[in-house]
Amino acid sequence: MTLLAVERIKLFSTRSPYWCSALALVLGVGLTAIIAASTDDGQLSIGVTQFGSSQLALSVVLVMAALAVTTEYRFSTIRATFLAVPNRTSALVAKTVVVAFIAGVLGEIIAFGSWGVAKLLSPASDLAINTGGEWRHVAGIGLLYGIGAVLAIAVGILVRQTAGAVAILLVWNMLLEGLIGIIPKVGTKIQAWLPFQNANNFLALPAGSDPGEGMAAGIDFKLSQWGSLAYFAGIAVALLVVALIVAKRRDA
Amino acid sequence: MIEAVRLRKHYGRTKAVDDLSFTVRPGRVTGFLGPNGAGKSTTMRMILGLDTPTGGDVKIDGKHYTEFKEPLRKVGALLDAKWVHPNRSARAHLKWLAVSNKIPASRVAEVLEIVGLSEVAHKNAGGFSLGMSQRLGIAGALLGDPEVLLFDEPVNGLDPEGIVWIRQFMHRLAGEGRTVFVSSHLLSEMAQTAQDLIVIGKGQLISQTTTEQFISDATKDHVRVRSPHAVKLREILAADATITEDAVDGALVVHGIPAEQIGEIAAEHQIVLHELSPQRGSLEEAFMQLTKESVEYHAH
Repeated sequence: MTLLAVERIKLFSTRSPYWCSALALVLGVGLTAIIAASTDDGQLSIGVTQFGSSQLALSVVLVMAALAVTTEYRFSTIRATFLAVPNRTSALVAKTVVVAFIAGVLGEIIAFGSWGVAKLLSPASDLAINTGGEWRHVAGIGLLYGIGAVLAIAVGILVRQTAGAVAILLVWNMLLEGLIGIIPKVGTKIQAWLPFQNANNFLALPAGSDPGEGMAAGIDFKLSQWGSLAYFAGIAVALLVVALIVAKRRDA
Repeated sequence: MIEAVRLRKHYGRTKAVDDLSFTVRPGRVTGFLGPNGAGKSTTMRMILGLDTPTGGDVKIDGKHYTEFKEPLRKVGALLDAKWVHPNRSARAHLKWLAVSNKIPASRVAEVLEIVGLSEVAHKNAGGFSLGMSQRLGIAGALLGDPEVLLFDEPVNGLDPEGIVWIRQFMHRLAGEGRTVFVSSHLLSEMAQTAQDLIVIGKGQLISQTTTEQFISDATKDHVRVRSPHAVKLREILAADATITEDAVDGALVVHGIPAEQIGEIAAEHQIVLHELSPQRGSLEEAFMQLTKESVEYHAH
């Protein structure tokens, strides 16, 4: 608990988490607002309300989580941290827990904020959250952000510099996994096992029920939707374990 | 007490610290002296568990730094005053340090008062001058009221007033029975601060002694002699003295025989002298002489 308090103080005594949270909120909810405003009233579906949160704002959250650790390396406060807490694994795990928790809460705020804005701007649309799939599609954003944050922190610990970590995370999330689908024949087969594709699969609404939801189109996932989430989480945790081992062995 | 035994740190072929053994005693200020790149900071990082030694061992009161549960209560360190997030206030910086080692929050205000930063505690550390940053670093080191204190080049970039302040401060800490280990590349500074000296060059121990002893050894008088018959004179004097040659003008530098006696010997052998001047050794010169072999980068 002590270490969680330490990481909380550290995180909230600098400005970057506030800026990143605000930016994620504006981008996530803002995109939904624009879509809602330019769609004819009554035509909006739940699947459309989460474009901003599941794609755009996710990237900002990944950057925020990576920054939480790369700035420590940038300003060498990681050394001050390791002097105060020589057990590096506990110190870094505490940081991961705090950042992932904040990312999760932020995810719920953005997801339901987007949904609320859509409802406000398009009152005639059927946006009621009835089915389990619909709940998962909206409330699942928080889980996605929390796990994404773990993954981003792992990358941050391994790379140690902001520019590198941010570039890796953004290219990986926004470009690489999508581009692999272009490879003939095997592309979509590989995609079925890529972490962010599985994250999208977790969010996907049941086929046919929502034509607006086409993000995981063409990929034949071998896992159930919750299985996909567990797979995404497994990869994030595995990467974190590698990062913790490296951090422990490396000179600070 | 800090004890290093055959400590080594190699980066590939570079031997940053090589077979270094020394002891730092409590109740005294011990200076850690060596030219830049001698391995002082690397040694301090190994003492504090930040870097893993390639070989050997270093312990604080019989334990590795990483074995202390609340290390800030045992060891306070200022390795680099810039290890602070620039957008975090001085108070917030000390607060998280205090919380991490279960140090009461009231102590934060205390140490800010001690180093004279109470007025600017709410300001972001990024806007601090180097002197203020050093003071904040010292506040962090004092936070846990530790028995052992390490300072790496604490006077670097400080104004004379700050230097005097730090010097007196370290004496007071040692007077309270604490172990104070402070590094510097300036012998003149260490001569006024430290009671004991550990001198290293190229990662190896050159000497461990009291400062008093080091200075009296280092500043022995010598005599400069120039003569057209230098070779002959040298042969005669060599029996009773160590003689080196000044690299600039080829004058003989004689240790161990006073100027008067050299004059008499020269007269006895009918040797003409062009110069016979007693010299008082300077501390800085002696240090440079001592570490000349081990300075990593020479100016040419």
